[in-house]
Amino acid sequence: MKRRTPPIIGSAALVGVLALTGCGQAGQGSGTTEDGRTQLTMWTHSAGNPAELEVYERIISDFNDSQDEYEVVHESFPQGAYNDAIVAAAASGDLPCLLDLDGPIMPNWAWAGYLQPLDLPEELTDSLLPTAVGVWDDQIYSAGYWDAALSIFARKSVLDQNGIRIPTVDQPWTTDEFGRALATLKAAGYDTPIDIGAEDAGEWWPYAYSPLLQSFGGDLIDRSTMLTSDGALNGAEAVEWGQWFQSLFADGYASNSATIGNQEFVDDEVALSYTGVWNALAALDAVGDDLLILPPPDLGTGPKIGGGSWQWAISSSCPDPEGAREYLEFSFADEYITAFADNQIVIPATESAAADSKYFGEDGVLRPFVELSQKFAVLRPETPAYAVISSTFETAAKDIMNGADVQATLDRAVSEIDANIASNDGYGFQ
Amino acid sequence: MTVTPPTVAAETPRRSLRRFRSIKGRQTWAGLAMMAPAGILLVLFLGIPVILAFGLSFTNARLISPNPPRFVGLDNFMRAFTADPVFIDSVWNTIVFALVVVPVQAGLGLLLALLVNRRLRGVTAFRVIFFIPVVTSIVVVSILWKFMYQEDGLINSMIDMLTFGAWSGVDWLNNPNTALGAIIVLSIWQAVGFHMIIWLAGLQTIPEELYEAAKMDGAGPWRQFTAVTWPGLRPTMVFVLVTITIAALGLFVQVDVMTQGGPVNSTTTIVFHAVRKGYEQQEIGYAAAISLIFFVAVLIIALIQRRLTREKA
Repeated sequence: MKRRTPPIIGSAALVGVLALTGCGQAGQGSGTTEDGRTQLTMWTHSAGNPAELEVYERIISDFNDSQDEYEVVHESFPQGAYNDAIVAAAASGDLPCLLDLDGPIMPNWAWAGYLQPLDLPEELTDSLLPTAVGVWDDQIYSAGYWDAALSIFARKSVLDQNGIRIPTVDQPWTTDEFGRALATLKAAGYDTPIDIGAEDAGEWWPYAYSPLLQSFGGDLIDRSTMLTSDGALNGAEAVEWGQWFQSLFADGYASNSATIGNQEFVDDEVALSYTGVWNALAALDAVGDDLLILPPPDLGTGPKIGGGSWQWAISSSCPDPEGAREYLEFSFADEYITAFADNQIVIPATESAAADSKYFGEDGVLRPFVELSQKFAVLRPETPAYAVISSTFETAAKDIMNGADVQATLDRAVSEIDANIASNDGYGFQ
Repeated sequence: MTVTPPTVAAETPRRSLRRFRSIKGRQTWAGLAMMAPAGILLVLFLGIPVILAFGLSFTNARLISPNPPRFVGLDNFMRAFTADPVFIDSVWNTIVFALVVVPVQAGLGLLLALLVNRRLRGVTAFRVIFFIPVVTSIVVVSILWKFMYQEDGLINSMIDMLTFGAWSGVDWLNNPNTALGAIIVLSIWQAVGFHMIIWLAGLQTIPEELYEAAKMDGAGPWRQFTAVTWPGLRPTMVFVLVTITIAALGLFVQVDVMTQGGPVNSTTTIVFHAVRKGYEQQEIGYAAAISLIFFVAVLIIALIQRRLTREKA
């Protein structure tokens, strides 16, 4: 018997060690520094984005210098692995105190109990763009320093040459006008006149193309109940959108096998580019004064663009939410918001920060984006079902692009979404 | 001088035998202790997940949710076979993929192995060339081929050049009729080198004397192949078939990188569908059910293959 024990103890010890290394990470955010300050852990998705990280580092060191109570310690993840890291951390109870998240995923995490209400002062959250504030169940759970916006880039010279009217925010292209513009441009020698980024995958699809659906009058889900997509995603307006979207590819106006990004427009291989503010500066460098930043077409119910970008939240397991709140309040100073906007080329969330911005101020070259965001931004549905809606919509839209029957494809997407909502007891909506 | 080595050699086994007996127990435990790291890891990352998946597949568990999972009986399995057309498409695509890849890849591998088994100048270079795709990450390979398959990509330019512009090719990965075929070609190309090496190893275990004897009996190259090479390769053949089948059924990375199951579900596979349901749509219970179905199917196929290829006594 005696001889048996050592290996067993050995194995038991090994298991114990494995278990302990797992637990060693537990309780993120409960450390203390040498001089007795409480440490607040913070995760960002910005690894690989030096422009963004630089501003975060500045805020954190400014905050830490100003403090004798708290110290923020941050860790950066690459965007592709970030959501998985959060979900895994939540499952094992290791969430950091402060975390950033993509706007549309917030209701899912709030519903799952990962987050606690932000409780920032009202005058602060009221000063932000409405799309930079995440609300779930009548509570604010997240807030961001910026928003992004989509628009159509064009060259003024090309539109003038082809006799195409330059649309304005008050008078955008109508569906017919837009169709005629594409036909004219194709006749003028552009192989595919518009780059809409269909070669991309993932969240880009709902972000970029569900606003077009909304412009037709459809939607991803019936927002009055949040319980079914029936009628919204497969109604007459949605089918109209599907047929229009399909025709863009069938008629050779758009391509789905180009390079991701805005290179085709910069190289003048396409006349129009449906793309985001983040590509604007590079386009401006290439095209100069000739660049037009146009609103998307009015496909029936006015132009729409997607709203909601990365925002900040406090985890429910944060042992010191007071400190986290203090940091967030500190970080929403205009100078930092301006720095984010100018470093990263995104729309600043406050009007006062925009005023100081090099690009987004009154006379800034990228000012049109502020207006587009204020006038046309629509949030993606604020429901925990969004994870399912997003990937179902992507598959359906891709099928439609590839020539599938529109009505049947949308009906199938609706039944998939509805089955999921039902199996989750309505995600708390009924 | 020459006598001493045998005595030493004769003495060694006896001594070690004695030592073995005296401390046999300790050695057994030492063996177990050495096995422990691998064993624990296997249990942790293979045993427990399989048991968990089995349990989860009878519930409506979600990846993240405040609601506790509910036992739903066989609902998930019913849903897969009766109410989930994408699952049926996935099963079908996986079967088609395996039916094409298994014979073609095994056959091509054997052909290449026969070619590089000759004593030619520079044969090592050929072996290396055929093997390079195997050591390249499949993700990298998929991304490269994705570019090649584009409408204005390398493959279509080549077709265009070879046919003098008569046929300009299609957008391979975005056409429901060609997407799965395109993935099949790429997959065969990527893994054929690995099976070539296995076949090659098998070929080199066949004694040269058998070929000499066959030649003495007047056998030509074809007869040599059917009477000496093929029977000698039997164990290798079983191994190659089973590994290719299992690998083919588990098709995932190429689909994930190149097509995400599209266009119109023409390339979705069982594993891809399970991953999509489980992680993207967070329905872990349903994804576990799909995985369980997949597990059982692979098990059955492997057993059938074992039976069909068993050594007949």
